[in-house]
Amino acid sequence: MEQQEQQEQKVTAKLQVPETTATPAVAPATAGSEVFETKNVSIYYGSFRAVTDVSLAIYENQITAFIGPSGCGKTTVLRTLNRMNDLIPSARVEGDVHYRGASLYSKSVSPTAVRRRIGMVFQKPNPFPKSIYENVAYGPRINGIRGKSRLDEIVERSLRQAALWDEVKDRMGKSGLGLSGGQAQRLCIARTLAVEPDVVLMDEPCSALDPIATGRIEDLMQEIKSRYTIVIVTHNMQQATRVSDRTAFFSVLRDERPGASDTRTGVLVEYGATQQIFEDPHDSRTQAYVTGRMG
Amino acid sequence: MSITAKADPAIPAGSAGPLSKRRPFGDRGFQILALSAGLLVLVILVLIAVSMTQQSTTWFSTEGWSGVFSTDWDPAHNKFGAVPFIYGTLITAAIAIVIAYPVSVGIALLLTEVVPRRFARPIVYVIDLLAVVPSVVWGLWGILVLAPWLQTIYQDIASGLTGVPVLSTFFGGQGVSGASFFTAGLILAVMITPIVTSLSREVIATVPVIDREGAYALGATRWEMIQGAVWPHSQAGIVGAVLLGLGRAMGETIAAALVIGSSPTITTHLFSTGYSMPAVIANQFGEATVGVFRAALIGMGVLLFILTIIINLSARAIVGRSVRRARGA
Amino acid sequence: MMAVASEQPASGVDLREPGGWRRTKNQIATVGMWIAFAVMLVPLGFVLVTVIAKGASAISWQFLTNSTIPVNVLPVTYGGVGPAVIGTLEITGFAALIAIPLGVLGGVYINEYGGNHVLARVINFMADVMTGVPSIIMGLFIFTIWVLHFGYSGLAGSFALACLMLPIVIRSTYEMLRLVPDSLREASYALGATKARVTVTVVLPAAIGGIVSGALLAVARAAGETAPLIFTIFVTQTLNSNLFSGANTALSTLIFQNATQPYTGAQDRAWGSALTLIAIAFILMIAARLVTARFSRYSQ
Repeated sequence: MEQQEQQEQKVTAKLQVPETTATPAVAPATAGSEVFETKNVSIYYGSFRAVTDVSLAIYENQITAFIGPSGCGKTTVLRTLNRMNDLIPSARVEGDVHYRGASLYSKSVSPTAVRRRIGMVFQKPNPFPKSIYENVAYGPRINGIRGKSRLDEIVERSLRQAALWDEVKDRMGKSGLGLSGGQAQRLCIARTLAVEPDVVLMDEPCSALDPIATGRIEDLMQEIKSRYTIVIVTHNMQQATRVSDRTAFFSVLRDERPGASDTRTGVLVEYGATQQIFEDPHDSRTQAYVTGRMG
Repeated sequence: MSITAKADPAIPAGSAGPLSKRRPFGDRGFQILALSAGLLVLVILVLIAVSMTQQSTTWFSTEGWSGVFSTDWDPAHNKFGAVPFIYGTLITAAIAIVIAYPVSVGIALLLTEVVPRRFARPIVYVIDLLAVVPSVVWGLWGILVLAPWLQTIYQDIASGLTGVPVLSTFFGGQGVSGASFFTAGLILAVMITPIVTSLSREVIATVPVIDREGAYALGATRWEMIQGAVWPHSQAGIVGAVLLGLGRAMGETIAAALVIGSSPTITTHLFSTGYSMPAVIANQFGEATVGVFRAALIGMGVLLFILTIIINLSARAIVGRSVRRARGA
Repeated sequence: MMAVASEQPASGVDLREPGGWRRTKNQIATVGMWIAFAVMLVPLGFVLVTVIAKGASAISWQFLTNSTIPVNVLPVTYGGVGPAVIGTLEITGFAALIAIPLGVLGGVYINEYGGNHVLARVINFMADVMTGVPSIIMGLFIFTIWVLHFGYSGLAGSFALACLMLPIVIRSTYEMLRLVPDSLREASYALGATKARVTVTVVLPAAIGGIVSGALLAVARAAGETAPLIFTIFVTQTLNSNLFSGANTALSTLIFQNATQPYTGAQDRAWGSALTLIAIAFILMIAARLVTARFSRYSQ
């Protein structure tokens, strides 16, 4: 109990002040420990309730997929995990979101510190209009890392992890905008990995890419799984079955009144091991979706 | 933070150098800096109004409103009526607009409807060239080259028009001079053409392609299409553009100061010498060392400021509304 | 659309160009537009030709650098306009130093921090209006606020020019920042950058081409201005390289003074200065074009 409190305090402390602390003396976490836990989380844009009552847990070194039809709040929930919804003025989160035991939305938590530990890859690749090197070095630089040799090392390692090194090592000075779609997305992944995050959130990372590029990124996810916790939003059910360990199925909240159309509020329908979700779904809506009858 | 199997624990996420403690403050500091820079605009505008009005109070207090708005300007006898200059400002600006309006709209239509994309660039460059010539160079050329040349032309026109009813009130008269209301208006027209043209282009560009195509699909010629599709949409916006040009023409100082003739006259004869507010301020400020004279000149500056602010406000509002309506609707 | 020749196709359908009055009207309109363009070309050509012809004969290395501006009577071969050249460069340069950083910051405020706040929209609108305030007002303003207390100086002239440039740089910076896609900002935030960092390390570099180009054009405009200076620098004829104290001179004010002089020497000096001024403005304009062409990533 005390250990957990200690851990909680240390993590909270780190989330408050975006500065280096001594080597973290946190109790070693075992694979399978909780990274995120949400309890009854609802997200509002102004008075519009976008997502209601989401309770789930994300486990370490696993790939968790959020699937479901369009507009059911998958991306909204994802962005809540790294406080990106803060950028939208009318957005509001109710309920508890815990990251490694510490409350993510408490007043003393700094969003910038959160985002350094929880990275994000976006749907459409968005490399900076800088050189490939500078794209990857950007994150470490703003974290205060100077020294060319350190940066070179980080850049190379990140690009290798993103399976892009061999393709760009001879043109590191060229603009990141000149890459193909798949390469650009891997560059964005390398950029995210360069800050050594704890978690990588991916918002439909392959939806703008062709099947071959998609395949490479899926392989990439499997390779880095052992080092990072990954949460991916995807429209592609086959992708979810291919890469993920656990799957959360979202849908829109049904309005039970007779003759009413469905609301636009997202709700978590079912969450479990991927195999179970797809082969033996408990909820009828899940079954309808995964067998292709809906969405 | 995940502990197991990290590639390089020497770089924990969020590690930062000595700047980190200052970072939150730096973030706030930057925002405050940016806000201050923005506020500077409002501060300057207010200060202009306040400080200049302050300096001109002796003009109003000595002359009273009737003196200020009298037609009598005679500094040697302490007479500081502003009407001749207000008149001159309005007249020259009106001449400028009458000339610049069709020319600018014509060029704008040329660029948007007639000329293919590739050739539009050089024409735009030429217009930019027009804009880059400084006001004082226009004035120099105006007084040393244009005015003498126009003098003879004016004389011919004026003598030719003696006795003709309407036209001679404007273009007739005895005291015909190269440096006159009309010449000033001419040069002002040339100077405001670039901005009226570019703003008109902006407005015309917001006309939806569907409307254009609709007109063509009915078998309209290009001119008919312009009348039917382009004109109704852009009319309001072009009014705004013209208003903006008017504001510029009223405030354009140096070119006017050099070619207007520098003599406070109120007459309908456009070829006569005259004076305008910015011109008299520029020309006489050196001699107005103290007292009511200087207060009068600064006071006219205040009048000019208020006038141009009002005109610009209206112009921007009109252009903004018309562009927004076309785009956002 | 090719007019079918006067042969009628056998079916009797008439596909010829609409004839008569409609076609003539159209042609007149088109010709009218070209005439408008020509009308504008005439004075432009006239002025450029005159300035180049009369100015070129006056310009020489001595003209540009000699530090004695001779009395008006003397012909252009005596002395030169060095003080005016230095004055223009110094005064405009210092004005740029003040106005450009402030203008960029102002544009940053409006686009990055202002959002939909009333204050930001008001500032944006008033900056727009301020670009239309006549330059003579800026000169009078600095006169009342500064010169009356601290005397004439090149510095006062710089302040007046800076007031002129500020809203121009604010507006052009704002327009450029608007074009930077939001996805870049998001990517930067997601890496844990603070807002100031995002703006300085990603947004500004992305827009830098357009911002620099807009700034150069503002400088070109300021370099040619006369009215703001005549109330602030109290034109002298001698070289005064101390920007901060004492009266000063500039090319534009020199032209203004000499334009009304009856002496050929003075007038020639004016033409030479005019050509120099136009050259400076022209070079800045070309530089702005080049910067836009090479460095602007996001253009309209």
